[in-house]
Amino acid sequence: MSSDQPLVLGIETSCDETGVGIVRGTTLLADAVASSVDEHARFGGVVPEVASRAHLQAMVPTLERALATAGVRAADVDAVAVTAGPGLAGALLVGVAAAKAYALALGKPLYGINHLAAHVAVDLLEHGPLDEPCVALLVSGGHSSLLMVPRVGGEDVVELGATVDDAAGEAYDKVARLLGLPFPGGPPIDRLAAEGDPDAIAFPRAMREDGFAFSFSGLKTAVARWVEARRRAGEPVPIADVAASFQEAVADVLTAKAIRAAADQGVEHLIIGGGVAANSRLRALAQQRCDAAGIRLRVPRPGLCTDNGAMVAALGAQLVAHGATPSALDLPADSALPVTDVLV
Amino acid sequence: MLVLVIDTSSAAVTAALVDVSGQATVRAERVTINARGHGELLAPSIAACLSAAGVAPAELRAVVAGTGPGPFTGLRVGLVTAAVFAATLGIPTYGVCSLDALGDAGRDEPALLVATDARRAEVYWARYARGARVDGPAVSRPAEVPTDGITAVAGQGADLYDFGVPVRPERYPPPGSLARCAADRVRARAPSEPLVPLYLRRPDAVAPGAPKAVTP
Ligand SMILES: Nc1ncnc2c1ncn2[C@@H]1O[C@H](COP(=O)(O)OP(=O)(O)OP(=O)(O)O)[C@@H](O)[C@H]1O
Ligand SMILES: [Mg+2]
Repeated sequence: MSSDQPLVLGIETSCDETGVGIVRGTTLLADAVASSVDEHARFGGVVPEVASRAHLQAMVPTLERALATAGVRAADVDAVAVTAGPGLAGALLVGVAAAKAYALALGKPLYGINHLAAHVAVDLLEHGPLDEPCVALLVSGGHSSLLMVPRVGGEDVVELGATVDDAAGEAYDKVARLLGLPFPGGPPIDRLAAEGDPDAIAFPRAMREDGFAFSFSGLKTAVARWVEARRRAGEPVPIADVAASFQEAVADVLTAKAIRAAADQGVEHLIIGGGVAANSRLRALAQQRCDAAGIRLRVPRPGLCTDNGAMVAALGAQLVAHGATPSALDLPADSALPVTDVLV
Repeated sequence: MLVLVIDTSSAAVTAALVDVSGQATVRAERVTINARGHGELLAPSIAACLSAAGVAPAELRAVVAGTGPGPFTGLRVGLVTAAVFAATLGIPTYGVCSLDALGDAGRDEPALLVATDARRAEVYWARYARGARVDGPAVSRPAEVPTDGITAVAGQGADLYDFGVPVRPERYPPPGSLARCAADRVRARAPSEPLVPLYLRRPDAVAPGAPKAVTP
């Protein structure tokens, strides 16, 4: 293997996507994803047992698709990386067991990695290596955090702040539900918001000016109250305006704090990762504010923001290249793995 | 003709290497009773079997896996391990109903009941006549299991519930029996089979009602 450009296969099963990605260093070779999202839609959220069943069924076909797309044989890879947490316990176990089987059958090193760190490291596939420290805004379905990252793909991460209640993506999903929009709520709200007025309703911006923690539960309740008041009064609900105003409040708080964190840490780079980083308004507002503040922004393309195996492989490749110690074969899946535990 | 045998359908985390050239001969086995340990214990158990027998994965002819029924989370660990292990080596997989292995171990019984723990005060069960399955697999309350005419019971269910007949010593699917149940297919180089878990129950999931109002 070329030690700074290792060929790494990554497996992701923390939620409802079965992902297998293959990278060579920071070059993406394959990103195969099978999603069970349609099976969960009618339940308004991911049903863990349904997700776990789908992972088992999809694992080998997704693995084979990734190998075929990358044009490599199973035995060619230098290492196997897998999401060890955080996520749904039963779902994680399927991926972890699959990765162990692969590593054991072919005598490859195994790396159990953190899903959240992978949401950040995936940017290396889009924008290439970054040799300077950065602040990362991680905004996903289950997490919202600001992180100080001395080296993307390294084992050290410091959490500057996190949500004290709902994650940003969770707020999107809950607001979508009360507006009668499908699950997951991010994409339909993003689409509708484009037709609405972001200044129509002044929704609250919790804790905008202080610290690096977030709170989105009050915002969600404010949206619910506003919509209920309209419905009780028998007035039509201007859904596009509600979506746009909600989205503006989220994007405003996230970007204001991220820019402040970068300035506070004295870093020149900001990375945004996680499913909510696919949001068009968050991306546009972050770009605008980073330009004004002289910060360089890196956000992976929307397809790499939501869960996938390539992000796991991308982080794995950095760990391999920097000589990290592989995980043991008794590697546990940890549904509550802290964001600061990059490698298990 | 060595096969890797895996079963995680019960509290027994089972890995073994079995030679199916003639009578199924167990070359190495690791069986650990730990109802929550499948995820952590299975891969090290397989590695221990390989090193104890001095066998490299590339020497294996096939992977034989118990497809349940059994508690879902543990069952999936065994099946995904078997499927990926075989796929990366390019060798076939063969599924065996895990209860059939207990039926095979009791093949001298004219009417054997196999019952395993299905949790929630139920058992997974099947009936066998001299090793051949004649009823099941199914999941039921113990009182609803058809026990007419049975001569013995095997499986961990016999420790939990009284079926009123002699209890055989086998509690968990024996590795040699799992291999025996697939030996003909291995020897005939039968086509690889997808490992389909015998869940026997639907996922617990309820569609939500309308969102709760927040305004009092
Ligand atoms: N365009 C978008 N705008 C806003 N939110 C979006 C968009 N696309 C996806 N999302 C949100 O992203 C979330 C899914 O992201 P992701 O897949 O990273 O989360 P997860 O893996 O479930 O959670 P975690 O990464 O915290 O374990 C969902 O809440 C979804 O609504
Ligand atoms: Mg995610």
